[in-house]
This record gives sequence, structure tokens and C-alpha cells, in this order.
Amino acid sequence: MSAGVEGKLDVLDPQDQLRFEQLVLPHLDAAFNLARWLLRGRADAEDVAQESMLRAFRFFRGFHGGDARAWLLQIVRNTCYTWLEKNRSVDLTTEFNEELHPQPSVSPETLAIAGDNRERLTRALEALPVRFREVLILRELEGCSYKEIAAITSIPIGTVMSALARARQRLQQILTQPATQLKQEAGREL
Amino acid sequence: MSCELTQSVLHGYIDGELDAARAADFERHLISCAECVTALEAQENLRSSLQHAALHERAPASLRQTVQAELGTRTRANVVSIRNPAPWRFLAIAATLLLAVSLGWRLLPGLHGNGRQTEWASAVVDAHLRSLQPGHLEDVQSTDQHTVKPWFDGKLDFAPPVHDFVAEGFPLQGGRLDVVRGRTVAVLVYARRKHLINVFVWPTPQPDSAPLSGSELGYHWLEWRRSGMEMYAVSDVSPEDLAQLHQFLTQ
Repeated sequence: MSAGVEGKLDVLDPQDQLRFEQLVLPHLDAAFNLARWLLRGRADAEDVAQESMLRAFRFFRGFHGGDARAWLLQIVRNTCYTWLEKNRSVDLTTEFNEELHPQPSVSPETLAIAGDNRERLTRALEALPVRFREVLILRELEGCSYKEIAAITSIPIGTVMSALARARQRLQQILTQPATQLKQEAGREL
Repeated sequence: MSCELTQSVLHGYIDGELDAARAADFERHLISCAECVTALEAQENLRSSLQHAALHERAPASLRQTVQAELGTRTRANVVSIRNPAPWRFLAIAATLLLAVSLGWRLLPGLHGNGRQTEWASAVVDAHLRSLQPGHLEDVQSTDQHTVKPWFDGKLDFAPPVHDFVAEGFPLQGGRLDVVRGRTVAVLVYARRKHLINVFVWPTPQPDSAPLSGSELGYHWLEWRRSGMEMYAVSDVSPEDLAQLHQFLTQ
């Protein structure tokens, strides 16, 4: 093997590999969940979560202990943003309330089911701009602290609270829109 | 909409991120601010709906399998690249191949169709897979055989042979107790480059036997009996590596 090839390959010794399996692999669910909400779809999330795990494996020697979940989620978040830039850059520029982007798989019939709280919340979260959505997902679904949210999203810790405040306010606005309006906007997109 | 705290401190308060003094200040503020009380209630309802809607989605099994398989492949690819091409290495590889061929001769597929072995092998491969899950690999983590061996004392009604083969390329990683088909067994964990080998050990009244091999779910196993001990080595390393470890363990 030439030195050039060796240089490109990151070799973990057995202890490191074991550490990776013990510290990072258990957070695969969190990684997938974050990708699923940032990309608004399970299939894309599966691809991106997989890529993120491989990147984490490659960068593992740069991980010097501490919060393995936050470290992994930071990689997932960056990988998701790269993916969005490449495949769906409109998601990164969309501001609140300009458009609602439903998942293609969600039919108006599904949305019409009254009182389906999960569906309603899912739709509302997915209608949020990604930068608001991510802080809410990290806080409410992953239970991250402000410090962890700051580390994962690279926003200053002093602004995490106001970012969450704005995200929650917008989520509430969406949820209080009449269901028919949500449905109509969704129908227009479909 | 006049109180500015509804859009700032209130969120730190419901998230438990205010220090004690600021939280107390905010609680005093609540007494006189109806707007914040209403907003607090609304936010608590929102949080409770979010948390009760089961929105957290678990990774699909297919992703878990792909990731584990990919990590394994990466590891193997790396192993090839780090082989030291020093001449003595070729001798070692040649010797291993010779050994593998001689073992292989005795281990033709038809020879290991024995039902007893197959059932035990399945159970042992299952235990191997279980051990690879986080936190399951070792009860005693040590590369020192003098730490691992006494650890088994009093936990088993037999004394498994514990040796480190670090110089031979099979460093001892640790040991644990496991249960295979209802029997408590000792397990020695060895590393081979970046792979792990579990060696399951329990006593047997049967005479010594030549090794039998097989594979299941992509894992190789090698079984033999020696000095009253039944032993199964299981790993994703090559059968040649297992054969080499068998040689060291039966020296």
C-alpha cells in the first residue's frame, strides 16, 4: 500500500473502535430523529444519518471526551445542512409564513382527520423554517440543554433562549390557524 | 402584548435554565403580570402536546444494520492498508495459510453438519452479536491476564484458561460471564487488529477434539475441546485468524 493511500484512511485502534461503539452508536436514534425533522422525511433522513455516522467514525479521533450525543448531533446537523444546500436550498432560505411545504406523502385526507394531534403537530413543525425547527426538536424531543443546543447549532448560548421563544411563538401561530387554511395551503402545494 | 418577558425570560423559566435568583424574580413578576401567566400556561400546554404526541422517531432497523455493516467494512479496508509489508510478515502469512489449508482439509463443509455443534454454534454466534451491543462486551476490562483470571474466581465452578497473546497479535481485552443455552460460560475477549474475537469456554467430560469450523450470519466460528474444556471462538475475522488463535490457545 502506498503512503498516499494510507494517509487518507483513518485507522482506529480496537480500543477506539470499542469506544465509538459504546459512546456514539447508542445515539443513532437521536441522530436519525434530528435528520428526520431537519429534512422532513424518513428516507432522506436514513441516508443522511448513515453518512453522518460514517463521518463521525472518521472524525472520532478528534473527539476528546465530553458529550458524545452533542458531538454526534453537531455532525448530523452539519451534514443535514450540506444536504439541504445541495438538494433543497429553498428550505434554508424560506422565511416563516411565506409558504408551507408539506411532505409529498401527506395527502389532504390525512390532514383532514380532525383531532389527530400528532399529524397536526408534525405539519406545524414542518412548516417552520429549519432554524426554528431545529431548536425546538433539540429542546422538546431530545431534551437538550441550552448549552448543548448552542454547541450543536453553533448559535451563541446567549441567543438560544430568544431563538426558542421565537420558534415557539411561530409554532403557536401555525397551530392556531384554522385547520381549513392549513389544508388549503397544503392542497395548493400538492 | 406589552410584557417583554413573555418572549424571553419566560422561556428560560419553563426550560429550567434560569439560575435561582432569576427564577425567583420571574415568579415574583408573575404575581403582577397576567399576560405572562397566560403565556406561561399556553407554553406549558404546547410543551405537553409536543411531548405526548410521540414525535420522536427511532432509527429504522435497516439503518442500524447498514451502519454496523459499514463500520465493519471500513475496518476491514483499513486493516488491509495497514499491513506491514516487511518480509517476515509474508512468512507469517504463508504459515497461516498453510495452517488454514491443513485445517480446511479437515473442516470440509460435510464434516461439520453435526447437529449438536450447529445448535451450540448458533447460540454462541447469537451471544457474540449480543456482546457487540454497547456495554455488553466485558465485565472485566483488562489486558492483563493476571487481572482477568482471578476475576472469574468464585463466579464459576471451573477455571477457564486465561492467556494474553499480545505479542502474537491477539491482545486480551477482558472477560465476562455469559449464558449460552442455559449454561453459564466464561468468555475471553481478544482483539485481532480492529476486530473482536469472543472465546466461549465451559467444561466438558468429552475427550480432546480437533477443531470444527463453520459460519453463520457472516460470522465465523471454530470449536474444539482441550483438557476438559469446550471452546468456541467467534468473530468476523477470517477463519485463518481464528485458526491461528486456536493454535495459540492449545499450545
